[in-house]
Amino acid sequence: MAQMNMIQAINSAMDVMLERDPTVIVMGQDVGYFGGVFRCTDGLQRKYGEHRVIDAPIAEGGIIGSAIGIGVNGLRPVAEIQFADYIYPGFDQIASELARLRYRSGGDFFSPVTIRTPCGGGIRGGQTHSQSPEAIFTHVSGIVTVMPSNPYDAKGLLISAIESNDPVVFFEPKRIYNGPFDGDPDKPAVPWTTHPKGEVPEGYYSVPLGAAEVVEPGSDITIVTYGTIVHVAQSAARLAGVDAEVIDVRSLLPLDIDTLRRSVEKTGRCLVAHEATRFGGFGAELATTIQEECFWHLEAPIERVAGWDTPYPHAFEWQYFPGQKRVAAAIRKVMEAA
Amino acid sequence: MSNKSRLHIPQPSARPGEEPDFSYLPVSPAGAVDRPGISAKTRDIEHLAHEMVRVLDDDHQACGDWDPKLEPDDLQIALRTMVLTRTFDARMQRMQRQGKITFYVQSLGEEAVSVGQGMALKPKDMLFPSYRNQGLFILRGTGLVNMMCQCLSNTRDMCKGRQLPVMYHDKEGRIFSISGNLATQYPHAVGWAMASAIKGEDHVAAAWVGDGSTAEADFHHALTFAAVYQAPVILNVVNNQWAISTFQGFAGGERRPFAAKGLGLGIPGIRVDGNDLLAVYAVTQWAAERARRGGGPTLIELVTYRGGAHSTSDDPTRYRPSKEWQAFPLGDPLERLKGHMIREGHWSEDKQSQLEQEMKDKVDAAWQEAISFGTMSEGPFLDPQDMFEDVLEDMTDHLLLQQEEMLALKD
Repeated sequence: MAQMNMIQAINSAMDVMLERDPTVIVMGQDVGYFGGVFRCTDGLQRKYGEHRVIDAPIAEGGIIGSAIGIGVNGLRPVAEIQFADYIYPGFDQIASELARLRYRSGGDFFSPVTIRTPCGGGIRGGQTHSQSPEAIFTHVSGIVTVMPSNPYDAKGLLISAIESNDPVVFFEPKRIYNGPFDGDPDKPAVPWTTHPKGEVPEGYYSVPLGAAEVVEPGSDITIVTYGTIVHVAQSAARLAGVDAEVIDVRSLLPLDIDTLRRSVEKTGRCLVAHEATRFGGFGAELATTIQEECFWHLEAPIERVAGWDTPYPHAFEWQYFPGQKRVAAAIRKVMEAA
Repeated sequence: MSNKSRLHIPQPSARPGEEPDFSYLPVSPAGAVDRPGISAKTRDIEHLAHEMVRVLDDDHQACGDWDPKLEPDDLQIALRTMVLTRTFDARMQRMQRQGKITFYVQSLGEEAVSVGQGMALKPKDMLFPSYRNQGLFILRGTGLVNMMCQCLSNTRDMCKGRQLPVMYHDKEGRIFSISGNLATQYPHAVGWAMASAIKGEDHVAAAWVGDGSTAEADFHHALTFAAVYQAPVILNVVNNQWAISTFQGFAGGERRPFAAKGLGLGIPGIRVDGNDLLAVYAVTQWAAERARRGGGPTLIELVTYRGGAHSTSDDPTRYRPSKEWQAFPLGDPLERLKGHMIREGHWSEDKQSQLEQEMKDKVDAAWQEAISFGTMSEGPFLDPQDMFEDVLEDMTDHLLLQQEEMLALKD
């Protein structure tokens, strides 16, 4: 085992797959010679050459569009979109082409593209470097949508994504690239070396797509979340003084409904939390699914905590971010309901 | 110049009721344009984007350096495929009018594009067509019955009832799935070609869009990526003068030919008489050879005319002169190839009549076979539960639940 932060774990996943599978290629803006603006592809071009780790022009639609063609021709492209905020010029290629190719061709064609993209705020990025657009992708039939919350899962899920014959959009919450952020910006940063999920095997392993994980068992309330908020929720539960069961969804689509159901049937109370905006967000899908599956076990209405329904404001980042106080208040509200 | 800015709204040369006017379309004499070597530098052959490569003259004689000197057998294959394409189109158009299929798109007047270009490429080259390239499928042997079954969304539909008519694909024949969204296949072709080069293979990719779709971002992404990586790809713009109701000026064709769109990126452009099968074949072969030898992409503009409506949902008499096609200076590709073959002594009007009858019989027989796999009104029908397949490789739990929910509603 090695100690890795999320950047190193993601780098290691691509390194392992480039080594194991000669059809894997990595492409994107600044990913080659430079190694990526977040260093996720550092050293890969030196090791695997310019034909397998390819710098791309600044055109997200072109990156994704050409990756689709590369995938159709038998290679396995891992494309980086430098910020999730910049993925929209490539959205038509994702939604209309990548997601539908297998379906529209009756299963004759597919393209196993993995799209990696950093998401989320809390890094002073303003409204163009902080967004969490994951729900838009889960709303398109035909896209596997993933967001890990720690280095171990990041590597294992990314390997599964690269090996999958389905298109995967792989969101990387950049606030936790270097350490598990608990939602309190005033505390000193904590590195991944302090966290058990910072221990990552150096070689090949995988974490299955479509499987949630109970990251903290508990009996009072189920908190269903993913990405950065996994860590915020754990701290908020301690702040609220409740024995919460925290579930990291990890894979938004396919969704592991069984794990959610088992937990909520046990606790009878549920809070759904994510950093993305609330209205039409993935929390709505989670809350509705849990309500459909577990209504007669619920002792209180399901609550949602999310980013406010505004663009991510530069100067009011911590008022916007669903931090410990907001999550704790929502936990208390669920606990105090009849 | 005036002292005020102005908004220019492009206007076509003629509207309904007016005399057709193609004076906007410069046409080079047959044989007038030189044929450079495939290793020519883009800057030395920029004129190819502005002139027009033509081989067949008005007397159906092949002239000049670009004459591909096809054997009589190849000419017959070309003519047969073009006649079959036109016959197939006419039949399917009629079937749509009779309510047998929901939608159709003809390639009337543009048959030389698919047939000529398809013949100039090798079987392992990958094709990324638009919805008006049915000639490619017919040439590569997808089969009329399979194509009709796709249009019928019946039990033998390659798309399993999931796509509008004409959105074919042919995995074995190496023809990509038609999207229905415009120009999206252009970057796919470039990516496919990049992979071909990465793998060290010499297969090239070819893609087609119309003049109208060159306005799409995907067109420009594809050109940039093709130029940057020198991908072995042939990017074709079928300039049939009309994008539904907007003439080619609305895609930026008023001041520069579409073939010149790649020059700023260093991509050679060739403007070709798209109704001249020999010229179409020759320029495609040139571009393919250049791509195969590491010379990178070529942009080809095929100047032709959309002889029919955009689709069965369109009525062109509302926006263009009804006799415009007859006035088109590049004529009818079928008549021109036939005229050439007769002139060369390989063909006759009698043989042509026989061929037309043979193709009609072939299409009739194919239709009878196709409808035995189901029509819109009579079975056998596809099983609706299959709609849940192929969203992802394996069906997810939530789709399984929805499938069960649908099945539970069955009486």
